[in-house]
Amino acid sequence: MKKYRQNQQCSAPWVFLAPALLFFTIYVIFPIFRSIWISFYEWDGIGQATWVGLANYVELLDDDRFYTSLKNNIIWLVCFMLAVPAGLLVALFLNQTIWGMRFYKSMFFFPFVISQVVVGLIFSWFYNPNFGIVGKVWEYFGAVPPSILGDERFVTYGIIFAGLWPQVAYCMILYLTGLNNISSDQIEAGRLDGAKGWRMLRYVVLPQLWPATFLAIVVTVIGALRSFDMIATMTRGGPWGSSNVLSFFMYETALSEYGFRMGYGSAIAVVLFMIMLVFIGYFLWVMYQDERRT
Amino acid sequence: MFPRPIQSRSSNYQLAYKILVPVALFIWLLPLLAIFMTSLRPAADINTGNMFGWPSEFKLVENYLTVFRESQAVTYFFNSIKVTIPTVMISVSLACMAGYALSIYRFRAALPLFFMFVAGNFVPFQILMVPVRDLAVQTNLYNTVTGLVLFHAAFQTGFCTLFMRNFIKALPFDLIESARIEGVSEYKIFWYVVLPLVRPAIAALSVLVFTFVWNDFFWATVLTNGEATKPITAGIQSLNGQFVSRWHLVSAASLMAAIPPVAMFFAMQKHFIAGLTLGAVK
Repeated sequence: MKKYRQNQQCSAPWVFLAPALLFFTIYVIFPIFRSIWISFYEWDGIGQATWVGLANYVELLDDDRFYTSLKNNIIWLVCFMLAVPAGLLVALFLNQTIWGMRFYKSMFFFPFVISQVVVGLIFSWFYNPNFGIVGKVWEYFGAVPPSILGDERFVTYGIIFAGLWPQVAYCMILYLTGLNNISSDQIEAGRLDGAKGWRMLRYVVLPQLWPATFLAIVVTVIGALRSFDMIATMTRGGPWGSSNVLSFFMYETALSEYGFRMGYGSAIAVVLFMIMLVFIGYFLWVMYQDERRT
Repeated sequence: MFPRPIQSRSSNYQLAYKILVPVALFIWLLPLLAIFMTSLRPAADINTGNMFGWPSEFKLVENYLTVFRESQAVTYFFNSIKVTIPTVMISVSLACMAGYALSIYRFRAALPLFFMFVAGNFVPFQILMVPVRDLAVQTNLYNTVTGLVLFHAAFQTGFCTLFMRNFIKALPFDLIESARIEGVSEYKIFWYVVLPLVRPAIAALSVLVFTFVWNDFFWATVLTNGEATKPITAGIQSLNGQFVSRWHLVSAASLMAAIPPVAMFFAMQKHFIAGLTLGAVK
């Protein structure tokens, strides 16, 4: 009997894990390796695939669209990070108890719940120089409104600004929950020591908010590198590919009117994956340190 | 509390704050207000350029009816429901089991497998795109609701397992230990001891996965191409093309797409936020 029970304790975890592992392996783990494999082929998705070795990657190094996308990805990463301090700022602003505060907080969070496609639509309409808000404001001052989404210089920033709207809401909610749990003893102790304002924030509050900050950074980095929906709805990478990012460039190459180049598309995906892997590695490392401590 | 409670400040300061918060909220939600007002407008307002002023007439019902009549919006909406509900059920159930296995049992593969689920959850979609689409085509699941459900369920399982595992790990282990001493089988422990305790986690994951999958646009475009299977996010995109510059209709359709996740959020706010903060930030 004892033996049977011990056996059960050994086999049970695998029985419980099997379905999730099966699903995850088929749809996530295996496709990653298959994509890497496909990136060494020239393939239209239907016919025979031809082995081309590193040719796709060599072509990538010579492709201007690739460099534009890569540059935009970096701009996205850097600018999107603004969501973290901005979220903290909004959270600090709202961390009070006045009548109706719960309602205000949830309304501030609202933008995160809506689909990015809808956010993209709203903003592309706002940015329209003929009838959007931007057009109205510029006309009011008697100036010629800029075409934000039609101008290579502004387009990426315009999309990022729209993307920041829901992302700030997300970071805000992380910080609000974090602030809610700050030890009031330490704050009081800090007050007694004469710390207030910025010094209090810097030396007493922020260290305690580290879990919230870490999570905010993780979701913002992932969000920045995953940006696709907004670009697809607002510009489709235009004008002339100037707002393209790797994720959309990949999609365009592999699955759109520009041809079905699965191999070349996969090579782009692999590059994006490698960039993400650096961050994933760091996140896992931090999580591993936490695991070891507990 | 940080910052210092407003109640300890002068009454002028308090009043200023109480005015400032709604004003800030108004500015923050301006895009949503604008789209809502637009969905009430008659077409004449759009044509005469009255985009931000008071609507000359209220056409709420008419606009929504026009969307229903002239487009496939209703089909898209139901497609989204058909994709979202089964996905939530599959991924949350799989994650309950996987999370239990990874948190309660000590075996060498536990941590690496857990990290695999975490890492898989962060990969860019594009690295999965070509093989997943090809798999769907090979198995005749391309352009079907089932194809979308299977993929979403598998992908969301990563996130759900991450959450579930941490949640179960924080439960008191004594409960399981004493059940074991009583001679309760591992499967019964899962069913009768652990499952009732993880109900809050199930609620949190359900609302979150619902929102994620409902709002998904990428896979909707990659794995479907027909009107009959298109979910609402992809549908809005094509409506936008169909209703060129009829902004009142596009706005109405967009708001319709936003209603289910918004309702979900307001109904289950506490769980929603607990889920988003991964339980890591309590």
